[in-house]
Amino acid sequence: MKILLMGNPNVGKSVVFNRLTGANVIVSNYAGTTVEFTKGSIKFGDKRAELIDVPGTYTLEPTCKAEEIAVEMLNEHADGDVVINVVESTNLERSLNLTLQLLKHKVPVVVALNFWDETKHKGISIDDKKLEQILGVPCVPICAVTGEGVNHLAERIKDAKLSAYDYEDKERWQKIGSIVDKVQTITHRHHTWLERLGDASVRPLTGIPIAVVVFFLAFKVIRFIGEWLIGYVGEPVFENLWAPLMMKLSGLLGSEGFIHNILIGNFIEGEIDFMQSFGLLTTGLFVPIGAVLPYVFAFYVVLSFLEDLGFIPRLAVMVDTIMHRLGLHGFAIVPMLLGLGCNVPGALATRVLETRRERFIAATIMAIAVPCAALQAMVVGLVGKEGLAGLGIVYGTLFAVWVLLGIIFNRFLKGESPEIFLEIPPYRIPYLRGLSKKIWIRIKWFIKEAVPFVLLGVLLVNIFYTLGIIQVVGRITAPVVTRVLGLPQEAVGALIIGFLRKDVAVGMLVPLGLTAKQLIIASIVLAMYFPCVATFTTLVKELGFVDMLKSAGIMIISSLIVGGVLNLILPG
Amino acid sequence: MSETKVDMNKAGFAANRVSLAQMQTGQRGKIVEINGGYGLARKLDALGIRVGKEVTKISAQWMRGPVLLQQDNTQAALGFGMASKVLVELGGRNEK
Repeated sequence: MKILLMGNPNVGKSVVFNRLTGANVIVSNYAGTTVEFTKGSIKFGDKRAELIDVPGTYTLEPTCKAEEIAVEMLNEHADGDVVINVVESTNLERSLNLTLQLLKHKVPVVVALNFWDETKHKGISIDDKKLEQILGVPCVPICAVTGEGVNHLAERIKDAKLSAYDYEDKERWQKIGSIVDKVQTITHRHHTWLERLGDASVRPLTGIPIAVVVFFLAFKVIRFIGEWLIGYVGEPVFENLWAPLMMKLSGLLGSEGFIHNILIGNFIEGEIDFMQSFGLLTTGLFVPIGAVLPYVFAFYVVLSFLEDLGFIPRLAVMVDTIMHRLGLHGFAIVPMLLGLGCNVPGALATRVLETRRERFIAATIMAIAVPCAALQAMVVGLVGKEGLAGLGIVYGTLFAVWVLLGIIFNRFLKGESPEIFLEIPPYRIPYLRGLSKKIWIRIKWFIKEAVPFVLLGVLLVNIFYTLGIIQVVGRITAPVVTRVLGLPQEAVGALIIGFLRKDVAVGMLVPLGLTAKQLIIASIVLAMYFPCVATFTTLVKELGFVDMLKSAGIMIISSLIVGGVLNLILPG
Repeated sequence: MSETKVDMNKAGFAANRVSLAQMQTGQRGKIVEINGGYGLARKLDALGIRVGKEVTKISAQWMRGPVLLQQDNTQAALGFGMASKVLVELGGRNEK
């Protein structure tokens, strides 16, 4: 038996899903967080059922890809399947539109009245018993974030039934109006400070300063948390605990030989250097956990907070005019922000965009010019040593490429970009347990995705060097790498490994003793030239093979042009 | 107030009829027409925003940027072009 969780976007279906299954699914305070369906299993009474978190939809007459998926999933339902229709109690009238369509679809329904607690602050009072009478299906008030009422909801799944409620499609809104009149009373109340802040963040005069302050604080907090974790946790653990252990292991292995080189790597001045030794247990663990994870964690703390607060859709409105110059609309800021953490979720999030053209533009400029947190952590560590100006050039160049490519695509790709149409959720104070759970999901996902690839990358580096592959490729590609980009031949090794993991690739630059100029160019080219394999496979799935080929061609060409130009104009 | 409005309409005046794009921030009005074809009407309809509903304009971005409007507890941002296609009759209490 299947249970489908359906409802408008951003009504908390995924929170209900997490509550019912104990699973961990990302939830945010904006429409379209779930663009792929998620399955879990639940037990109620003595039965087991498969619970499916369906992407949000306002209606069963789909208007975008995520909604199409939702409707397809509903149409596939078999006898005995049940729909839990999650409803935003503070927006009862609008929510009932989908509810009534579901009732007419002749599928057993249970209605979950979510955000029940919020109705009280908003002066709304709903008679859930009466609503249940009218609709003829169970209606259960819940507050999913705190878990109130969720057990009751689970108990009542068995009461789900076909509704006898009938209406003509034309009169749907009238029917809804009369239902709402019967079950809901509204008392006047004053605006809360959150509502005032919400409105202030979308008015240009107040919104622009607010956005600037938010970005400044976000940057400060990410740096503070990242540096603190590296300085007080990562480095002490690796230097004081792990390094002596590895030295012992090295002694056991006889301090040399193939196995020693693979596991421990080369000694730098007689010691283990976690950035340069390039053994599986040294650099292979230090890069993802010691150097990158602190910044990934810090980034996700800040992003997750802003998501749950409801800042992202407001930002989308504020940047809409600018994004239109790039052939996108404001909501395309979502894949870009997610891409700053990891390009894979960034690529998946392009699904919130309506047209193929927009998805192509967004995915391509994201993959080229939005560096993931892992790459950034390494670049900040490496280039930052040479002074802030270098970092400024790296970020400035990538931003300029992002803008320029967008403008070029917008000019030369056929078609237009649709206008923004976006529901703006109220600001909600992030709920600590939900927030920490989400950060934890993302960290777990990072470790699971990153560590194996980093280890594989480090292993391949060793094998390639032993077999002399990097030297051979270096000689073949010398005309491009050396003449055009001004990098030493060995830097091609980083470009090869960059297909696997870009953080490892940056790590490979460390022992090369590059000049500041070379470091800047190498970092930019590494960011741009091609996506890592995880992003690549995601993009093939999202764009299709042909569009991905085009996109990849653009990446390679633009990275060579940008790298070449920088090599000509940068002094030094 | 509402008496005068009806009279003006009867007389063929539509002076208080403007698009969402022309409306001032903070003004309130009743939607009387959506000229955007089926697509726009359907999108708005899904959010509960349709002819006969009262909406308040919350904000407008510079340079013909998107318009944010509120209907009950729903806020929606729509592009300037879409906003120009939704006509409202001004009136009701203005909110700041």
